[in-house]
Amino acid sequence: MKILVCISSVPDTTAKINFTPDNKEFVAAGVTFILNPYDEVALSKAVDLAAQHNGTVTVINVGDATTEPVIRKALAIGANDAVRVNAVARDSFFVAKQISDYVSKNPFDLILCGRESSDHNGSSVPVMLAELLGMPCVLFAKSLTIDGTTATLDSEIEGGKEVLSVSLPFVAGGSEGMAEWKIPNMRGIMSARTKPLTVVEAVEVAQKTRLVSFDKPATRSAVKMIAVDDAGKLFEMIREEKKII
Amino acid sequence: MSVLVYIENADGKFRKSAFEIISYAAAIAQQINKPLVALSIGKVGADELAKAGQYGAAKVLNADADQLSKSNPQAYASVIAAAAKAENAEVVVMSASYNGKSVAPRVAVKLDASLGENVISLPDTSSSFIVKKGAYSGKAYAMVELLAPVKVLSMMPNSFKVVPNAVTAAVSSFQPAIDSKDFAVTVKETVRASGTISLPEAELVVSAGRGMKGPENWGMIEELANLLGAATACSKPVSDAGWRPHSEHVGQTGIAISPNLYLAVGISGAIQHLAGVSSSKVIVVVNKDPEAPFFKAADYGIVGDAFEVVPKLIEAAKAFKASQN
Ligand SMILES: Cc1cc2nc3c(=O)[nH]c(=O)nc-3n(C[C@H](O)[C@H](O)[C@H](O)COP(=O)(O)OP(=O)(O)OC[C@H]3O[C@@H](n4cnc5c(N)ncnc54)[C@H](O)[C@@H]3O)c2cc1C
Ligand SMILES: Nc1ncnc2c1ncn2[C@@H]1O[C@H](COP(=O)(O)O)[C@@H](O)[C@H]1O
Repeated sequence: MKILVCISSVPDTTAKINFTPDNKEFVAAGVTFILNPYDEVALSKAVDLAAQHNGTVTVINVGDATTEPVIRKALAIGANDAVRVNAVARDSFFVAKQISDYVSKNPFDLILCGRESSDHNGSSVPVMLAELLGMPCVLFAKSLTIDGTTATLDSEIEGGKEVLSVSLPFVAGGSEGMAEWKIPNMRGIMSARTKPLTVVEAVEVAQKTRLVSFDKPATRSAVKMIAVDDAGKLFEMIREEKKII
Repeated sequence: MSVLVYIENADGKFRKSAFEIISYAAAIAQQINKPLVALSIGKVGADELAKAGQYGAAKVLNADADQLSKSNPQAYASVIAAAAKAENAEVVVMSASYNGKSVAPRVAVKLDASLGENVISLPDTSSSFIVKKGAYSGKAYAMVELLAPVKVLSMMPNSFKVVPNAVTAAVSSFQPAIDSKDFAVTVKETVRASGTISLPEAELVVSAGRGMKGPENWGMIEELANLLGAATACSKPVSDAGWRPHSEHVGQTGIAISPNLYLAVGISGAIQHLAGVSSSKVIVVVNKDPEAPFFKAADYGIVGDAFEVVPKLIEAAKAFKASQN
């Protein structure tokens, strides 16, 4: 079984987010980049599935050379090889097009993504990719088991879950609970250095969106502290002052 | 040209989020001076469909084929794209619910459109078409211009007020050709916690963290939530430990929410937690540690032991409810 995992390199979850003075660009200086947490869950699952089903795991990233440390991390966790599409990820459609182009030339039995990247927060790449490939997609997959060519998944829905069944190949977005996070061991880290990382050039894609600017949320006014003995007045106070309840 | 809004139903009924999304689409339609068309998929009764008119949809397409009675993102996307083509839609709007998120990117690809996902306000259409959406997990906003002639938008629940705007809804049946390839996924079972309020859509949320000590102490959190008509949520370590289901976990790696009120008990306010809740309109923090970082991100703070404060809040909620009736 050949598994592809789409991985994104994102600012560390504790990173302070800053923009250039014209608010047009994210300032990467001083920021540590990590493997997007949901992609790490998806990758951990892929490594487990490959072990169970005698398969291989390829990771793919659309990004410039600065994403390579994150790709090496994915190899250390257990991917067999990696592909980097050499282009800055412009938007979700651009990324989905690059990956679909690669997959149409190099077929896989299963494609795993994260349910969401922590920088774009689109939850769009997996769904667009599935549409471009004419495949089903389970975007919020909390569990995944495979038996022969049939997969069973738990998918999050409003206020509950659905148990789904689908034939390979398909695209899934990994959500919390899909797998335990794997911590690379020393052997993984050593072997990651020599595992194959292929760089391919990007295909042309019509531009669909243009980033105009970034903005930061307004800071809240100072907190109003309420004594424990006055806790009983909280809801009245919110109703009077904020008019939201 | 028109604005098309896809309205989701839950077991044949429209929830508040459906009226919210019609109101939002109606405002866009007015802004760009185009008629509004609503699309319902699945089995919804005539009385319920007529309700779309109360928020400005004069035309309602009813795609009620048997095959569409169960939610299926692939098939629904095909139906929405077919409706968008039939109505020559310039803007297609839906909610960024779980279902909407699984559908909108497909619709965008099918229509060769630009996608604005998780938008939080009306687009700026003064000279081009610019949407505002969350980025960096709640730590920033991005203003994005949508360049293609057709735009598909998914809106973050709770970002727009329901605006009554009564017109008479003319409902017509919509039966596009349906491709069997769209039915590759089989739903074997649907498990829904009954009676609970959907967290992403909730207007009020009561959330608790490791400060609650153990799952056996969640009774009072649930009681407070019930009294307020709020959904319950939790921090990541709480769901990791299995004290609460993963579906309640909010934050950077959980659900991002923007309710009117977020009341957090025994949660320290780590940056990853704040990322998912900071766009809540009012935040109340209860924590026994006056130095807890969450107080810096709160509107109201109570320094005290949860086991003392929450019972007081329960009494307050009872009194508050009584005063409203
Ligand atoms: C990659 C990554 C992603 C993450 N994503 C998320 C995420 O999405 N969501 C999330 O929540 N976390 C996330 N985290 C974890 C986050 O960093 C914190 O560890 C977590 O939010 C802490 O949860 P907590 O506040 O419940 O627990 P703690 O940090 O242990 O805080 C408990 C709080 O309760 C207070 N307390 C204790 N007893 C009482 C009492 N009797 N009465 C009142 N208060 C009391 C304490 O003073 C303390 O402030 C992530 C971490 C990483 C590394
Ligand atoms: N630049 C990228 N390269 C490869 N995969 C990506 C990239 N960006 C996003 N993805 C994948 O798509 C998922 C959803 O991303 P997004 O649509 O940005 O929320 C991520 O969790 C990744 O699996």
